[in-house]
Amino acid sequence: MRHLSYLGVLAGCLLGTAPLEILLGTRVYARWRRLLRTLVPVLAVFVGWDLYAIARRQWTFDPRGVTGVRLPGGIPLEEVLFFVVVPICAILTLEAVRARRRAWPVGDEPQPPTPTATAAPSSPSPSPPSQAEAEAPSVRAHGKPSDGPT
Amino acid sequence: MSYTALAGLGVLAAVTADLLVFRVRLVRRRAFWVAYAIIVACQLVTNGVLTGFGIVRYDPATIVGLRIAYAPVEDLLFGFALVLWTLDWWVWWGRPSRRGQDGAGGIGASSGSRRIHGR
Repeated sequence: MRHLSYLGVLAGCLLGTAPLEILLGTRVYARWRRLLRTLVPVLAVFVGWDLYAIARRQWTFDPRGVTGVRLPGGIPLEEVLFFVVVPICAILTLEAVRARRRAWPVGDEPQPPTPTATAAPSSPSPSPPSQAEAEAPSVRAHGKPSDGPT
Repeated sequence: MSYTALAGLGVLAAVTADLLVFRVRLVRRRAFWVAYAIIVACQLVTNGVLTGFGIVRYDPATIVGLRIAYAPVEDLLFGFALVLWTLDWWVWWGRPSRRGQDGAGGIGASSGSRRIHGR
């Protein structure tokens, strides 16, 4: 069992953050294309860094703590998965913060609509938030002046 | 190059990209720092497990030797660079000008409320 230690830590990270997607509607897994596009450059840079460090023996892995599956360059499978799991957890955390603090922009918000556009015909009235949230838990209130890039 | 030097460079590169390349400026946004505070707390736990149980071991010659929760302090820099680089790409791919390519943004959304989420 001990050789599953590293995998277990990663699984714990995924399991621990999964409720954010469901309870707070972070929609990170739901936007899987955007997630994949994010993971590619992250993997490219940090697996590269990791391969350098492994080649120079800056860090090593206890064979008893990993499955033993090694990818080209001698990088353990777990180490590659680390650069998938940790970014997912980080994004989930950021989106969870945003779900709770909608007035805190990060830079991908829609452009603030013009004052007349806020009264778009298909838009449900913002006054009963409970209804809007019941329909779409992930809905982000936009159109507030503070939503624009700072 | 030592882990210490690389970690410092990693942070510098990530911050530079954030401010000058992506121009997302996460390091100037409250949402990022609140999220990072949560992330770093989790990192100290998971990293502490990985290093405390010796699953990952470091060459003493490549680190300064200062450790926080068993992990070398360089891991905090490494982690910061990883998180900032990740979140910059995430925000970048979700910017309004790019959202048209992002199918996950809700193409074909029919209900009025879903109209809002598109990112």
